[in-house]
Amino acid sequence: MHLDHSHPHAGATVGADAHRPDGTRRALRIGLGGPVGSGKTATVAALCRTLREELSLAVVTNDIYTREDAEFLLREAVLPPERITAVETGACPHTAIRDDISANLEAVEDLEDEVGPLDIVLVESGGDNLTATFSKGLVDAQIFVIDVAGGDDIPRKGGPGVTTADLLVVNKTDLAPYVGSDLGRMAADAKTARGEMPVVFQSLRSEAGVTEVALWVRAQLAAWTA
Amino acid sequence: MSRAALFVLADGRFPAGGHAHSGGAEAAVKAGRVTGAASLEEFCRGRLHTTGLVSAALAAAAALGVDPVELDGAADARTPSPALRVAARKLGRQLMRAARATWPSAELDALAREFPKGAHQPVVLGLTARAAGLGPEDAAYCSAYESVSGPATAVVRLLSLDPFDATRVLARLAPELDRVADRAVEAARGVVAGGGVDVLPAASAPMLEVGAEGHAGWAVRLFAS
Repeated sequence: MHLDHSHPHAGATVGADAHRPDGTRRALRIGLGGPVGSGKTATVAALCRTLREELSLAVVTNDIYTREDAEFLLREAVLPPERITAVETGACPHTAIRDDISANLEAVEDLEDEVGPLDIVLVESGGDNLTATFSKGLVDAQIFVIDVAGGDDIPRKGGPGVTTADLLVVNKTDLAPYVGSDLGRMAADAKTARGEMPVVFQSLRSEAGVTEVALWVRAQLAAWTA
Repeated sequence: MSRAALFVLADGRFPAGGHAHSGGAEAAVKAGRVTGAASLEEFCRGRLHTTGLVSAALAAAAALGVDPVELDGAADARTPSPALRVAARKLGRQLMRAARATWPSAELDALAREFPKGAHQPVVLGLTARAAGLGPEDAAYCSAYESVSGPATAVVRLLSLDPFDATRVLARLAPELDRVADRAVEAARGVVAGGGVDVLPAASAPMLEVGAEGHAGWAVRLFAS
């Protein structure tokens, strides 16, 4: 975990600063990345529904060429509209979360200014490939979301998302029997790729839903505010 | 300060948000005005001698130490399209963040305080060059080059244009880039010599302005502007 982000920095506000210009501690930022269609937006929506009563939340989406993800969250009314911002990424979703994070930092800071104080900002990347990870200048922790229907060999193939994310979520476990994915094999491969780093198998259609991921998020927040 | 700072500032990977903008190329592609390397070259040439010249002169003037607040007003006056003003300020704000982290400077801090939501990008660029120890020529070149390199790389993505063709377009424009940068610096020196910001060029490209207004309303697009 990379929770010690309190680099004092004279003058300019940079992404990793743990404090806002007025000296207050900023919100915890959690990134959610992963391939197209793996369930990032659905996970964000479920997290908002689960946590919104107890925590002050906001969401930044990075749509590739539409505002669909932001619009889905608005339509589902998971948060009031002023708490959801869409960033445009110029056909390069990974650039906006890793190589040139300025637009995302602005979105996060504007949300804190306008609807804060916030406890957590969820930054959802546009659907991308297995190498897309968030810069530590943008987020404090990241979740990589894959799904069983994308092929049960993804944990074995690895890549920066699978191997380095602070939490790996294997989504849509309810579909495993229909697409011939071997959950046991996925779990074993993930263990090999990630060692002791956590992995959650989830189905948002089951009763447990996003519970385990929400628990992990709460633990990150507890460590951030400690 | 090192001349090599120019490479840091001019690098297309300098993290200042430019990758999400097409400089009007997306609207021009959709309208059928840019369809390949030849029309990309014409598009870039038009942009260079209008927006490019104006931006380069603003950047050169800021690098010479002309009051950035006054220059920001001059930039507004030369940008009729509200959508382009928004884009220029957004990019200015993003550049400001990268600049302050890269070359901390009291002048940049002061401009950031004056415009918390962003000053026009060329003004910030000129002040950034100044903070990096670079001169008005460097600022003008950076700005003029950006005015064509942005659309060229965007069209590679929009039309799946051969990247070698796009790069050749930029190389062919090099002599004109020299002339535009020269004119920009000359105009900026005229401001300092007592002419005030009104002597800065005010060339405009109506189709870029019109295209930007339409583009800002699209529901589906790859680029922010």
